[in-house]
Amino acid sequence: MDYETVIGLEVHVHLKTKTKAFCGCSTEFGKEANSQVCPVCLGFPGSLPVLNKVALDYAIKVALALNCKVQEYTKFDRKNYFYPDLPKNYQISQYDLPLSRDGFLDIYLDGKNKRIGIRRVHLEEDAGKLIHKEDISLVDFNRTGIPLLEIVSQPDINSPQEAYEYLTILKSILEYLEISDCDMEKGSLRCDANISLRKREQAELGTKTELKNMNSFKAAKEALAFEIERQTELLNENKAVIQETRLWDAKELKTFSMRTKEEAMDYRYFPEPDLPPFIISSEKKEEIKKTIPELPREKMLRLVRDYGLLEYDAKILVSNKWDADYAEELIKTYKDINKKPIVNWLIGALTATANSRNCTISQLQVPAGDFIELIDLVENKRIISSLTGKSVLIEMVDTKKSASQIIKEKNLAQISDTDVLNAQAEEVIKENPKSVQDYQGGKNNALMFLVGQVMKKTQGKANPKVIQEILKKLLE
Amino acid sequence: MNKVNLNELTAHELLGKLKKEEITSEEILSILVKRIKEVDPKVKAYVRVDKSNGQTGKRANGQTDLLKGIPISIKDNICTEAYNTECCSKILEGFKPPYDATVIKKLKEAGALIWDSKTNMDEFAFGSSTENSFFGPTHNPWNLDCVPGGSSGGSAAAVAADEAILALGSDTGGSIRQPASFCGVVGLKPTYGRVSRYGLIAFASSLDQIGPITKDVQDNAVLMNAIAGYDPKDSTSVDLEVPDYTKALGKDIKGIKIAIPKEYFIEGLEPEVKNIVEEAVNKLKEIGADYKQVSLPHTEYAVPVYYIIATAEASSNLARFDGVQYGFRSKKPKQNLIEMYKNTRGEGFGDEAKRRIILGTFALSHGYYDAYYLRALKVRTLIKQDFDQVFKEFDCIITPTSPTPAFRIGEKIEDPLKMYLSDIYTISANLSGIPAISIPCGFTKRGLPVGLQILAKPFNEELLFQLAYAYEQNTPWHTMKPKL
Amino acid sequence: MAITKETVSYVAHLARIQLTPRELEKLSGQLKDILDFINKLGKVDIKNVSPTSHILPINNVLRIDHPQESLPADKALENAPHQEGNFFVVPKIIE
Repeated sequence: MDYETVIGLEVHVHLKTKTKAFCGCSTEFGKEANSQVCPVCLGFPGSLPVLNKVALDYAIKVALALNCKVQEYTKFDRKNYFYPDLPKNYQISQYDLPLSRDGFLDIYLDGKNKRIGIRRVHLEEDAGKLIHKEDISLVDFNRTGIPLLEIVSQPDINSPQEAYEYLTILKSILEYLEISDCDMEKGSLRCDANISLRKREQAELGTKTELKNMNSFKAAKEALAFEIERQTELLNENKAVIQETRLWDAKELKTFSMRTKEEAMDYRYFPEPDLPPFIISSEKKEEIKKTIPELPREKMLRLVRDYGLLEYDAKILVSNKWDADYAEELIKTYKDINKKPIVNWLIGALTATANSRNCTISQLQVPAGDFIELIDLVENKRIISSLTGKSVLIEMVDTKKSASQIIKEKNLAQISDTDVLNAQAEEVIKENPKSVQDYQGGKNNALMFLVGQVMKKTQGKANPKVIQEILKKLLE
Repeated sequence: MNKVNLNELTAHELLGKLKKEEITSEEILSILVKRIKEVDPKVKAYVRVDKSNGQTGKRANGQTDLLKGIPISIKDNICTEAYNTECCSKILEGFKPPYDATVIKKLKEAGALIWDSKTNMDEFAFGSSTENSFFGPTHNPWNLDCVPGGSSGGSAAAVAADEAILALGSDTGGSIRQPASFCGVVGLKPTYGRVSRYGLIAFASSLDQIGPITKDVQDNAVLMNAIAGYDPKDSTSVDLEVPDYTKALGKDIKGIKIAIPKEYFIEGLEPEVKNIVEEAVNKLKEIGADYKQVSLPHTEYAVPVYYIIATAEASSNLARFDGVQYGFRSKKPKQNLIEMYKNTRGEGFGDEAKRRIILGTFALSHGYYDAYYLRALKVRTLIKQDFDQVFKEFDCIITPTSPTPAFRIGEKIEDPLKMYLSDIYTISANLSGIPAISIPCGFTKRGLPVGLQILAKPFNEELLFQLAYAYEQNTPWHTMKPKL
Repeated sequence: MAITKETVSYVAHLARIQLTPRELEKLSGQLKDILDFINKLGKVDIKNVSPTSHILPINNVLRIDHPQESLPADKALENAPHQEGNFFVVPKIIE
């Protein structure tokens, strides 16, 4: 039986404000337990919340970037439930008048554009952290009160791959907006999913399960794929899918039921009486809209349009905002109309070097001019080979010296004097008659061998391409 | 001092003597403590009295000397740093807040003496008689068999019995005004947002206010000067300048237009109280004001609206009392988390607290929210509109504070609904957010005080003081004291 | 709307309050009376009336994003019924 997969994603992201949502405690990560707390975020009797201005601004920024309608009138509500990481036993969140609604995010798969609806983006506060031991649990309230943005998609996603794309693009947009670290390992970005299956022509949605504990986008993709299989099997056997919450087990690579007895939780939402409502004017929206930078998709299309890059390459370059800016600076400065060499170096050697140092290419801090000089020396002036160029690059990163400096100091310049190269080539030809015969007999490998021999004689300082041409000529 | 003991004086009288250096603040406190030792075993206004006799009392190096050296008696739901604050509930036993409520901070800055003692109250302010206190009831100084009113019964009784100079209470549905009227003292509920709620252990967030309970109107104005004002820590506090309320005292009340709502003078109002209040209104007319009958048509719905909104908010505000971070935790063996929550709250909360939490939870629960909570919010709008309408033509509204004088201890405690109905005249002011004061206006034949309530437009406490002072200065009630 | 013992029991669970059977019995009776009284609100015409959840006409109360001093951990834990090091301790959570 062929079923349609229907997926909705709920992403929670920590806003990168200096202080918490409703009090002045610092939001710094990794501090000693219960050292970043105060009567307000601890929910001590008598304490009262006051909203962080920057949290609201960031929330509006994200809502606008995701094409949502920001509500003119918005308020907070209390979501009531008991849990030890929730000091007041209610969470200040938003229920019926959230900050924004009805936006969208476009994903691109298999050359096609698909629009995923965004149901709502709203503000709320995070809970604390629990450490489970044998008979007890330890509670740390440092994280309590950190402002969270909840981004809920419409159930428009139809495959684990689409979900992965959605998450990747969403994360990249959030990073561009600089409103969050988006670090799943540190817990500043979390993702839950709702998934159900239905028969192809069926209008109504099937029973959905909620998936939690997916600690990376890859895990989310795997968990969703597993769920599709599990639910398909059940439906094929005419068994019912139970509406429940399931956790992803990254070790066993399966989902398992959380087995809570609670039916749909009654959160008893009501308007938060301690916080007067918020009116968001069009002036405010305009002011914040101006702070939204060019987003990844737009930047990618512009690089293709203005510099003739391939979409595939441009996509890679824009995935990180600072790298994108750095890359664009390089591309602009590179005088040649054909930008392919510089793009290849960016995506190839520079990225590899950055990865080996666990940072981004802009963090390598190679001045644009220096990098362009290096590429010029390799590609155009052919002073050094591509291979040498790569090690020069590493040297540049480590010593902060320029390419020409390094080449001079280490005497790396390639031999470009054709007379010298001709002489070496002729010597090699004389010394390797068999290979010459092989080549003239049609074995192209033999040529490469001869090139290698010249390289040996010149201690690698000859440009192999040039040698190849010289040899070819000599052997004609 | 023998002719009049220091504890029998008002704060403004004591401030005068302090300024002239006729007395010291240590003397005031010591005589106060002596009085407490003498009569509190009968009155039980205090639940905790500083064992060091106030030696550890704190004042900031005050910016002003508005209340220099005057000890303040504080209701047990206002947080004082390092001093036990327990809302007279078992579930908050031993709680020492790590911070001061904003009003306490302001009082310290005004030079007042904050000492480690608290006055009795109905647990979490749930009550109209102070009988719901974990520590047992307070007794009305005018008749020890009677309640002092509630929930700020301890503060009101202490002021009436000269066991306190100035006191703070809190008012959510009448909890300052009603005990003030039962005890023959002056109690003000400020406009919602006039006084910071930061540090007031919340009952109903959209209704609560801290307010002064004092021996006379002038003291009330002086204490208001010290505690009122914008607080950036309280999002519901209003950024409006605080006038000098004492400047309203002594102003002529000629031409002030008083509205008398007919719905407050129907069956249920004791005839003696009715007569005394009518006499008081006539007195005001004598002094120069004018009055006319009006209608506040939605009055009969105030109590049901209140008992939905207040209990709903309370059910959420009290969810934090669960044995995790502070207060009482059940000692039943081998509890898992849910059992710990349930046992702690089952053992730690008194009956009235449980009743209100369950009622409030019910009103917010799925399937009932629209019929109860949402409906109550809408009727609240109508009640407020009634007042807006009357204030278009009139400067203030006058009513009895309570339909009866102080009732006997034990008389209403078994009938919650009967108890709720005693709030009928005070509740609307909280629902509408307007300021209201209760002042003594006479005694019943049995010697129990009767209170007159004056209500005004938002942020017009000045008018309340003006009118109250004029009445007070033309009557003997504020000079009379109970025999203890 | 009648309030049965089952409802009271369920609501007490939502509110995490353990009631003794006697309390449950007594409370159910009292709540029934109170709700009967409250039900008179059903008579009010609330058509086109908007709810009042905030009595004050104020909006947009905001705070500057500037770090303030936090409580030291020992102060935060001072009132804790059970603590271990810098953590609050709660009994086992059964999922």
